[in-house]
Amino acid sequence: MHPLLKPISRYVIYLSAWSPLAGILIYLMAEPGKLGWWNATALIIPLCLVYQFVCLSAWYTCKAAPLRTAPVFRTRTMHLAAAVIISFLWVELARLLAYGLAQFQSFQGLDARFKPQVPVLFGLGFLLYLLSVAFHYVVLALDDSSKAEARALETSIFARDAELKALKAQVNPHFLFNSLNSISAFTSVDPTKAREMCILLAEFLRMTLGLGEKTSVPLSEELSLLHRYLAIEKVRFGSRLQMEEDMTEVSSAIQLPPLLLQPLVENAVTHGIANLPEGGTVKLSGHGHNGRVSLAVENTFDSDSTPTHKGGLGLKNVRQRLEARYGKEATMRVSAEEGKFRVELSFPAEVAEVKN
Amino acid sequence: MSGTTEKKIRALIVDDEDLARLVLRELVKTHPEIEVAAECGNGFEAVKAVAEHKPDLIFLDVQMPKLSGFDVLELIGTETAVIFVTAYDQYAMRAFEVHAVDYLLKPIGRDRFEAALERAKSRIGDKLPAAPAAPDLAAAARAPKQFLERIVVRDGTKVTLIPAAKLDYAEAQDDYVALASEGKKHLKQQTIASLEACLDPDRFVRIHRSYLLNFERVVRIEPYGKDSRLAILADGTRLPVSKSGYARLKTLLDQRT
Repeated sequence: MHPLLKPISRYVIYLSAWSPLAGILIYLMAEPGKLGWWNATALIIPLCLVYQFVCLSAWYTCKAAPLRTAPVFRTRTMHLAAAVIISFLWVELARLLAYGLAQFQSFQGLDARFKPQVPVLFGLGFLLYLLSVAFHYVVLALDDSSKAEARALETSIFARDAELKALKAQVNPHFLFNSLNSISAFTSVDPTKAREMCILLAEFLRMTLGLGEKTSVPLSEELSLLHRYLAIEKVRFGSRLQMEEDMTEVSSAIQLPPLLLQPLVENAVTHGIANLPEGGTVKLSGHGHNGRVSLAVENTFDSDSTPTHKGGLGLKNVRQRLEARYGKEATMRVSAEEGKFRVELSFPAEVAEVKN
Repeated sequence: MSGTTEKKIRALIVDDEDLARLVLRELVKTHPEIEVAAECGNGFEAVKAVAEHKPDLIFLDVQMPKLSGFDVLELIGTETAVIFVTAYDQYAMRAFEVHAVDYLLKPIGRDRFEAALERAKSRIGDKLPAAPAAPDLAAAARAPKQFLERIVVRDGTKVTLIPAAKLDYAEAQDDYVALASEGKKHLKQQTIASLEACLDPDRFVRIHRSYLLNFERVVRIEPYGKDSRLAILADGTRLPVSKSGYARLKTLLDQRT
């Protein structure tokens, strides 16, 4: 579709750009051409109305010969030839119109008086057509650059998606190596415990890897992943890690993006509990209300130590994923008061359709 | 061997995880020449135990609550041979290059442990080469663009953590710096230049050869004699400002406004 016709506002702008040109043509025919104002106006207005439309055809030749790729000589010849042919036809139309008008009383002799102006009109038509060609090349270039912009935007969105996917599937190496160390400690003193921990770790890894592919999981699945994570960390931290959970007020069928809570719980352990020589508590809670669900992870933290960067990578990741999924419908509140660090997520409750 | 077998090597095991200490204890058990003097569950205990037991060798975990393995090393100086133990830490590697006898990655393998122990034994046998002061090492190992958020200071066995925001100014005193914070002064063995390098330059400015000042504490600047000035702090303290120090202070002030 022609870019000047699609939104009607563009066409209006194009037409208004033509009106001074029509004015100039009328003046040239009326004064130096000695046709008189009334005769010139009657002749030029219909001619311009036709020609503005004819000039739009330059779009197709411009598109067929893009400046950057088409050979210069061929492009130039093509446009010049088109300009000659089109202005010749235009001038013939003008002659016909002048002849027609001359049949009326008030335009008597217009065809004869117009005759010496034919070369002038031909020259002007030629120039106007070339002007239109130049104008269309500008429009084409603008179009290209906005397309390139859109492509760049699209690419960056894809990149972010990929990044989020990678973050989802990421297992903290600290966690992995520390767990392996715990297992190696158990092998000599308590082989049963060692085996239990191997199984916990294997289950956790399997679930993490599997979840990365899904776009949403029921709360129950996320919780069972968290339970394994916490059970593994409990082995490392012993009595330093206390856990509390209150999920009775929320349906376990609620859908949420996978591994949404996991980074929060991991933060709670690695930035909260791990920094406290005496340890502390990680508390998971949730409730549903009015079609919304709110989930919170709270942990004891060392208020003396400089606050961990509020926009840490884990928190940022969770915030981005909430935004990507629910837009403005979701909120994330982070607070750090009286030795308690708390992140609360609130988003619309969704329940998966039951599959048969 | 350097003939240290007659005298037992006194070792400390420092890790905040029971299981990690257990692994090290087991590994050490097969070496009768090593005596575990104490086990510590955090950095504070470690600093205390070093003063008490004067160990020859420390197995030191890097990630611990409040005081990290690096903080402990900074506080106990470089006389003791240190083997770092860590699960995974990319910055730690750089510190190992500059000072530690060796490092062990968790889970710790027997062969790797034996190799580290051999290196430690030969280090203990030799007299230690003169190493730069530990805080300067820590400064060298710091990742670029990352500034200290707190400073660790030891007074005997007592360890104090001074958050950078609570440091008013630091004054050079021979080989030490006196750190003024909340009306108290804490002495630390470190050069003022290396302390300056660790702190955020947008917050701390060297106003004088001997003074490093927390920019936020300044109330006003008064002229004082030819070419020099005095900085008046919120608590009334008056510190000399040299000519070049004033230029630095002004640059910072222009940046802020």
